[in-house]
Amino acid sequence: MAGVSQLQKQFVDYKASLFQEGVLDEQFDQLQGLQDESNPNFVVEVVSLFFQDSERLLNDLTKTLNQQGVDFKKVGANVHQLKGSSSSIGAQRVQRVCIAFRNYGEEHNIEGCLKSLQLVKHEYTIVKNKLETLFKLEQQILAAGGIVPR
Amino acid sequence: MEACNCIEPQWPADELLMKYQYISDFFIALAYFSIPLELIYFVKKSAVFPYRWVLVQFGAFIVLCGATHLINLWTFNMHSRTVALVMTTAKVLTAVVSCATALMLVHIIPDLLSVKTRELFLKNKAAELDREMGLIRTQEETGRHVRMLTHEIRSTLDRHTILKTTLVELGRTLALEECALWMPTRTALELQLSYTLHQQNPVGHTVPIHLPVINQVFSSNHAVKISPNSPVARLRPRAGKHMPGEVVAVRVPLLHLSNFQINDWPELSTKRYALMVLMLPSDSARQWHMHELELVEVVADQVAVALSHAAILEESRRARDLLMEQNIALDLARREAETAICARNDFLAVMNHEMRTPMHAIIALSSLLQETELTPEQRLMVETILKSSNLLATLINDVLDLSRLEDGSLQLDIATFNLHSVFIEVHNLIKPIASVKKLSVTLNLAADLPVYAIGDEKRLMQTILNVVGNAVKFSKEGSIWITVFVAKSESLRDFHAADFFPVQSDNHFYLRVQVKDSGSGINPQDLPKLFTKFAQNQSLATRNSGGSGLGLAICKRFVNLMEGHIWIESEGLGKGCTANFIVKLGYPERSNESKLPFLPKMRATHVQTNFPGLKVLVMDDNGVSRSVTKGLLEHLGCDVTTVSSTDEFLQVISQEHKVVFMDVCVPGIDGYELAVQIHEKFTKRHERPVLVALTGNINKMTKESCMRVGMDGVILKPVSVEKMRSVLSELLEHRVLFEAM
Repeated sequence: MAGVSQLQKQFVDYKASLFQEGVLDEQFDQLQGLQDESNPNFVVEVVSLFFQDSERLLNDLTKTLNQQGVDFKKVGANVHQLKGSSSSIGAQRVQRVCIAFRNYGEEHNIEGCLKSLQLVKHEYTIVKNKLETLFKLEQQILAAGGIVPR
Repeated sequence: MEACNCIEPQWPADELLMKYQYISDFFIALAYFSIPLELIYFVKKSAVFPYRWVLVQFGAFIVLCGATHLINLWTFNMHSRTVALVMTTAKVLTAVVSCATALMLVHIIPDLLSVKTRELFLKNKAAELDREMGLIRTQEETGRHVRMLTHEIRSTLDRHTILKTTLVELGRTLALEECALWMPTRTALELQLSYTLHQQNPVGHTVPIHLPVINQVFSSNHAVKISPNSPVARLRPRAGKHMPGEVVAVRVPLLHLSNFQINDWPELSTKRYALMVLMLPSDSARQWHMHELELVEVVADQVAVALSHAAILEESRRARDLLMEQNIALDLARREAETAICARNDFLAVMNHEMRTPMHAIIALSSLLQETELTPEQRLMVETILKSSNLLATLINDVLDLSRLEDGSLQLDIATFNLHSVFIEVHNLIKPIASVKKLSVTLNLAADLPVYAIGDEKRLMQTILNVVGNAVKFSKEGSIWITVFVAKSESLRDFHAADFFPVQSDNHFYLRVQVKDSGSGINPQDLPKLFTKFAQNQSLATRNSGGSGLGLAICKRFVNLMEGHIWIESEGLGKGCTANFIVKLGYPERSNESKLPFLPKMRATHVQTNFPGLKVLVMDDNGVSRSVTKGLLEHLGCDVTTVSSTDEFLQVISQEHKVVFMDVCVPGIDGYELAVQIHEKFTKRHERPVLVALTGNINKMTKESCMRVGMDGVILKPVSVEKMRSVLSELLEHRVLFEAM
């Protein structure tokens, strides 16, 4: 059906653009590679987990950084977690900001941390939106009876 | 006559006479009685008087005489018969005793005379003893002087002091007027006046050594009296009235180190002597006494010994100074050599880089050029360029290697490698070249040859290539056989090479390689020269054979570094030759386990695609990364359990889990501590799961920490499916994997 192929092409292009912009990297491809009959929703599950985790972490970070006496150890721990998660699913830009964030944390640079936090939140929102769009496209393809192209 | 009783007093007429007689008799008697008393007294006092009996007799005689005279007193007047009787008795006794005494005296007078002689004799003896005492005393004094002199002389090791002191002390002891020492000159033809006591003579005066008086002195080791007129004694201008004192000369042997031979004390003719001349004061009428002469002789000997000590000291000082100088020179030379080597090494390092860079460019670009579209002529040209630059590159490498080998700074890179593949590679490299020359190459690896060995793979290959390459180079036709086997201990013991001492041990084996070719062979006379640098075998050299002549020299160095031996046998020209070498390699399994072996070059012989049912435990506190890893492993067919904390981990871990992946980069979970606990829990190696650390940053410290706590491997996140697959394969095969940094 023309609709399916159109959808598929849309999907492919969209995904390609994500890679081009650097929002996602090849780790995401790996994840998709792990999805098979025994594990059909692997990617979605992992990504949802990522969203949950990240939101929690970002809230924690906001709270910690807005306190009077900033506990940089806690900040470091949270950023580390975020970095790990983002690299596991291939959210490249988020991961990069996390690296910078961690450095600021080690330097006890509150200004830098706050700035990084803003950036991370920004990037996270981007990747979240994009992935949600991607999944929606997937659903549409599946609903139209097609198979999701790799 | 009328017997008249009238007594005519005869007194008045002879009365005076009588009176006098009476008195005299009385006194005589008194004297006679007292003399023996005195005698007795004196005899008693002196206990030694030997003639007591005589005295007794004498005493008796005197007493009796006295008695007689006493009794006589009564006989002047009319006396009774008793008195006359007594008188008679006394007289008789007196007569007897006096006769006896007279007889006795005759007997003892000679004795008394001999006493006198004995007395004289004793007196003489006493006088003699006195003299001898005097002599001994003098000798003792002399001895004291000698000891003191010796002490003075021997208390210094300086030659001049010794001699000066000798003269001074001798002069003092013997109260000499002058004392001089003549030393032989360098030419030994003259004696030179070296030292005098009073320094009144110009020092430097010489006399020829062969004067009779000097010979006389030199020929005996006693002090010899010489005439004051002899040239050695005429030290001062003689003023006429002086009567010169006696002069004595003695030889002083000058001992040299070389004179001392154990069984053969040097004879006079080879010795050098100095002459010591001693002069008594003039006009003193003193004479040289024996003890003085002896003193002089003893002193001369002591001086000789002291001088020899001084000479030894001087020589040893000179030797030490010489050694110090040599030391300094050697040190300087060594430092210069070191500087030279450093400079050479710097130069080489620079040239190494400088030369290799353009070479690399040439070779790389030429090979790239080869890949492009070329006309046949161009291809030929490019191939020539490539060949030549390869040769040049090899030459550069050879030269640099050799110079590093020469000064011993080359060290082998010991690692585990696949021995079989080395030979297979060499075979593959050589085959095309050999087939061009229509040579057949046969490789024969012994069945018991270990697959893996520990050694320097690159240099071993270089050696083998060189040897095989030579075989190919110098064979125009025929075949080449390469045989590789493990040298057994019996065959090793046959080797009588000068610098090859094979030692058997369990950790090592000796690899023996034999390359036999049927080529042009080598003249047996040239065999020793083969391994010297730059020496080409002229008899078969053609310009095309190429090579710098360094190849075999380098091979020999490598083989020596590998504690082996390389040699070539050939029956002669045209009969082919066989190159052999033995090198020492290590057994891989038997090497010490404390070092975790790095196996970066090992390719897993077979990669599993799936690991069905492999029980794996994943510990990661990051939910996302945990699920990703789980998904990964499940995709590969594993049965995955996940935990997110150490406590959970310790609860869940069991012998069933074959592999454990744990994230060690998480602050809060001490992955290292956990690894230690696991080791404690599972003491037997085969029960314990393989521990692998997953980490986001991989650096030397992380790797070292992992190694230290006993992890079996470290991998870098993120892990792709392929990577996980190969990781699991390797882990299961070798139980170890450390990613190369």
